Amino acid sequence: MNFPIISSLILLPLIGSIFLFFIKPSEKNNSVKYVALFITIANFILSIYLWLIFDKDTSEFQFVENREWMLGFINYKVGIDGISILFVILTTFITPLCVISVNSTIKYRLKEFLLSILIMESLMIGVFCALDLVIFYLFFEGGLIPMFLIIGIWGGSRRVYSAFKFFLFTLLGSVLMLIAIISIYWLSGTTDVEQLYVLGIDQKYQKLLWLAFFSSFAVKTPMWPVHTWLPDAHVEAPTAGSVMLAAILLKMAGYGFVRFSVGLFPLASEYFVPLVYVLSVIAIIYTSLVALMQEDMKKLIAYSSVAHMGFVTLGIFTMTKQGIEGSIFQMISHGLVSAALFFSVGVIYERKNSRLIKNYGGLVSIIPKYAIVLMIFTLGAVGLPGTTGFVGEFLILLGVFQKNIIVAFVATLGVVLSAAYMLWMYRRVIFGKIQNKDLLGMPDLSKSEMLVLWILALPIIFYGFYPEPLFKTIDISVSQFLELYDFNIEKYLVENK
Amino acid sequence: MKDLNLLFPEIFISISIMFLLLLGVYKKKSSNIVYNLSIVSLVITLFLNFNNFNFTEIYLFINSYKIDYLSIFMKFLIIISGIFVMLSSSKYLKINKIYQIEYPILLLSSMLGMMIMISSNDLIVFYMGLELQSLALYVLAAFNRNNQLSSESGLKYFILSALSSGLLLYGCSLIYGFSGSTNFDIISLSISKVQYGLTLGIVFILVGLAFKISAVPFHMWAPDVYQGSPTSVTIFFAILPKIAALCVFIRFLYVPFINMIDQWQIIIIFLSIASMVFGSVAAIGQKNLKRLMAYSSISHMGFALAGLSVGTNDGIQSAVSYISIYLLMNLAFFSCMFMMRKNNKYFESIDDLSGLSKNHPLLSLSLLIVLFSLAGIPPLAGFFAKFYIFLSVIENEMYYLAVIGLLSTVIAAFYYIRIIKTIYFDEAKINFDLNHNIGLKISLFVSTFIILMYFIYPNLLLNIVSRIIII
Repeated sequence: MNFPIISSLILLPLIGSIFLFFIKPSEKNNSVKYVALFITIANFILSIYLWLIFDKDTSEFQFVENREWMLGFINYKVGIDGISILFVILTTFITPLCVISVNSTIKYRLKEFLLSILIMESLMIGVFCALDLVIFYLFFEGGLIPMFLIIGIWGGSRRVYSAFKFFLFTLLGSVLMLIAIISIYWLSGTTDVEQLYVLGIDQKYQKLLWLAFFSSFAVKTPMWPVHTWLPDAHVEAPTAGSVMLAAILLKMAGYGFVRFSVGLFPLASEYFVPLVYVLSVIAIIYTSLVALMQEDMKKLIAYSSVAHMGFVTLGIFTMTKQGIEGSIFQMISHGLVSAALFFSVGVIYERKNSRLIKNYGGLVSIIPKYAIVLMIFTLGAVGLPGTTGFVGEFLILLGVFQKNIIVAFVATLGVVLSAAYMLWMYRRVIFGKIQNKDLLGMPDLSKSEMLVLWILALPIIFYGFYPEPLFKTIDISVSQFLELYDFNIEKYLVENK
Repeated sequence: MKDLNLLFPEIFISISIMFLLLLGVYKKKSSNIVYNLSIVSLVITLFLNFNNFNFTEIYLFINSYKIDYLSIFMKFLIIISGIFVMLSSSKYLKINKIYQIEYPILLLSSMLGMMIMISSNDLIVFYMGLELQSLALYVLAAFNRNNQLSSESGLKYFILSALSSGLLLYGCSLIYGFSGSTNFDIISLSISKVQYGLTLGIVFILVGLAFKISAVPFHMWAPDVYQGSPTSVTIFFAILPKIAALCVFIRFLYVPFINMIDQWQIIIIFLSIASMVFGSVAAIGQKNLKRLMAYSSISHMGFALAGLSVGTNDGIQSAVSYISIYLLMNLAFFSCMFMMRKNNKYFESIDDLSGLSKNHPLLSLSLLIVLFSLAGIPPLAGFFAKFYIFLSVIENEMYYLAVIGLLSTVIAAFYYIRIIKTIYFDEAKINFDLNHNIGLKISLFVSTFIILMYFIYPNLLLNIVSRIIII
C-alpha cells in the first residue's frame, strides 16, 4: 500500500480545522487566517503533485484506497480518474483564494468562518474522490451543514430564508437518492462504483433509480424548475460563500450526473435524454432572460450560473465525446469564471455596500484596474474565443449538433443571450457617465484583491488558448467511459431483438 | 441456587433500594449520600450485568424469565443511561429543591421494573415489571409537587397509563384464554391457526405498549408530561421507558406471535407511519424545547417501529441500534438543556437560546451537532441510525415506508434547523451561568463526542447488535 494521498487530501483540511479550533483568535494578528491559508495552500500543492504523478494514459481509477468500514459490506473506497482529478484541483485551487479574500468580507466570527470553509473543502474533495455510493452520499450531504452555516451566519438581510430554502430543497432531493442507493445495494449486492460499472443494474429498476438520483442532482445543479434556491442563496451568502457555492458545490451535481446517472444507468439515461434536453434548454433560455432583467449583480451572475449549468447537463446527455468533455471543461471554466465574477462583485460591494447595477456607472475612470479584470471575466462568461468559456460551450454545442439540431439551435440562442446580459451589465457598471457622486474617490484594487483576481484570470486565458493539458487528462477516461456506455446500450438492444 | 446467581443484578438493585430507603429514613439530611450511593449501586449493577455475559440463552423460574444477549445489552443501555441521567441532573434537583431521598430510590425502582420487563418471557412477569416501572414514573412525573404543571402531568400520566395498563391486562387475559398459557414459548407452540381472540389480544397489548413508547395515536400524554415534569424526569421519560418498551415489543411480537406476522405487521406499520409523520408535523409549531422533544421522540419512535415492522432479524437489529443512538442524542440534548441556567432559574423556551453562539461557543457547537444528528444529516450518528432502519426496510421491499419516513425527516429537519437558526443566526439575549457540575459536563461531552465520531468506526455498534438473533 502506497502513501494514502487521496485520504491525506481529504483529511488535511479536516485536521487543520481541528487545529484551528484551538487557536484563540486575536484582533491584532490574523493568525487564524494564516493557519487556514497555510493548510489550504499545502492541500493545493499536494493536489498539483497528484496531477503530476497522475498517469494520463489509463482510464483505471488511480491511487485507490479500499478499507473495510462498515460491517464488511460498505468499504471506504476512494480514488480518482481523469474525470474527477480536475474537480479536485479546482476545489483545492479555489479554497485558498476564498481564504485570502475573507480579510475584507468577513467582519465577525472569522475563525468559525474559516472552520466552515475548511470542513467544506474536505467534504467536497471527498465527493469527487468517493468510489462508493454510501461514502459519496456521506460527503455529498455533509456539505449541507457548513454551507447552511455560511449562508445563515454571514449572509445578508434575508439570509435565514435563503439558508432554509437551500437546506430543505437539497435535503429533499437527496433523501430520494438515499433510498435509491440502498435499493442498489439490495439489488446488486454492492455499492462499490467500480463493481457496479461491471455488474450493471437490473434494467427493470433503472428508470426509477435514475429518477431518484436525478431528483437530487437536479436540485444541486440546479436545473430549471428547482433552481429557485440558488439566486437566494447566492445573493445572501458572503463573497467567499458564494464562490464556494458557485465554483465547487454546483459541480458536485454535474460530476454526479457523469459518474452516477450516466455511468450506472445507461439505459435509463438514454430513455430520459429528451427530459434533460427540455429542462436544460428551458434553463438556458429562461434563466438568461431572467438574468437580463436583474438589477442585482450577484443575482444576475447566479441566474447566469443556472444557464451555464444548463449547458453542462445538455452536454453530458449528448453521450458524445465532445459533449461530455465539453461539459467537464465547461464546469471547470465556470468554476473559475463564476468565482472570479463573485469576487469582483464582492470588491465593489465592500466599498459601496451596494450590489445594484443602477448605483454604479462610469467606474472605468475611477478604478481602471478593476475595469480591466472585470472585462476578462465578463468575456469569459460570455464565452469569447480565447477564454475557457468558449472552449466548453463550443464543444458542448458540437456534441449537441450531432444528436439534435433543433436543441442545438435553441441552445445557441442562449450563447447570444449570455453575451447580452453580461455585456449589458458591464456597460452599465463600468462605462457611461458617473451618475452617483459617491463613487468618486473609490479606491482601486488592493494588493490582495489584485492577487486573487489575477490568479483567477491567468488560467481562464491560458486554458482558453491552450486547453490541451486539461483535455489530455480527461480524454482517455471519457473515451473509456463512453465505450462502456455504448457497450451497455448495444447489449440491451441485442437482448431485446 | 444457580438461578439466583444469574439474577444478581436485579437482586442487588432491590437490596440497594431497601438499604437506601432505610438509610434515608433513619439518617437526617442524607439526600446527598443516598443520591451518590444510588449512582454507585448502578455502577456495581452494570458490572454484575456483565457477569452474566455469555452467548447462550438461559431460562429461569420455569421458563418465565429469560437472560440472553438482547436482555443483557438492553439492561446495559438502561443502566448506563440511568447513570448518566443521574450524573447530569443532580444540580437541577438541588436548585429546584426536589433533591430528596425518594427521588433516586424511585428512579432505581423504576429501573428495576424495566429490567424485569426486558427479561420477561411470560405475560405475568412482564406485567409486573411494567407496573413497577409505571408506578415509580407516576410519582416522578409529579415530583415537583409545588408546581402546578408537574402535578397535572403526574395525574394525567397516571390516568392515561392506568387505562392503557387495563387494556394491556385485558389483552393478556384474552391471550391466556385462547392459548391456555401465559408463557411466551408455550403460546407460540399452541398457535395452530389464526384465532381472532388471539388477534384481539395482540391488538390490546400493542395498544398498551404503544402508549408506553408514545406512538401515535396513543401519544397524547407525552407533550404535557414532558413539559410538566421536572426536566430531570423528562430526560428519564425520554430515554429509559422507551428502551424497555421496545425490548418488550421485540420479545412479545417475535417470540410467541411471529407466525401471526400478517396480523400484527400492518398495525406496527400504521403506528410507525402515523408517528413519523405526526411527530414531525406537530413539532413545527412548538416553542417549548421540552414539548418539542416530546414530538421529536414520537417521530423517532416511529422510525424504531419501522425497523420492527419488517419481521426479520435485520429489522430488530436496526431498531436496537436506532434506540441506542437515539439514547445518546437525547442524553446530549437534555444535558444542553441543563446548562441553560441563569441565577438559579432554568430556561426551556426556544427563544431563550437566541444568539447562544456568541457567548457560549462550545455549548452551541454541541447543540449544533446534536440537532443535526437528530435531523439525520450525515456524517453524524443520527444518520447512521436512520440508514440502518432504511437498509432493513428496503431489503424487504417496503418502499412506501422508506419514502414516507425519509420525507418526514425532511419535515423534521425544518424544526431542528430552526433551533440552530435561533442559536447561530439571531441576536444574543441571555448569558447563561457557566458553573456546571462535573457530571453534567462529562455526560454532555461523552455523548456529543460519540455522536460526532461515530462515523469513524461504525462497526462498534454493529458488531454488538448483529449478535441479537431472536428468530
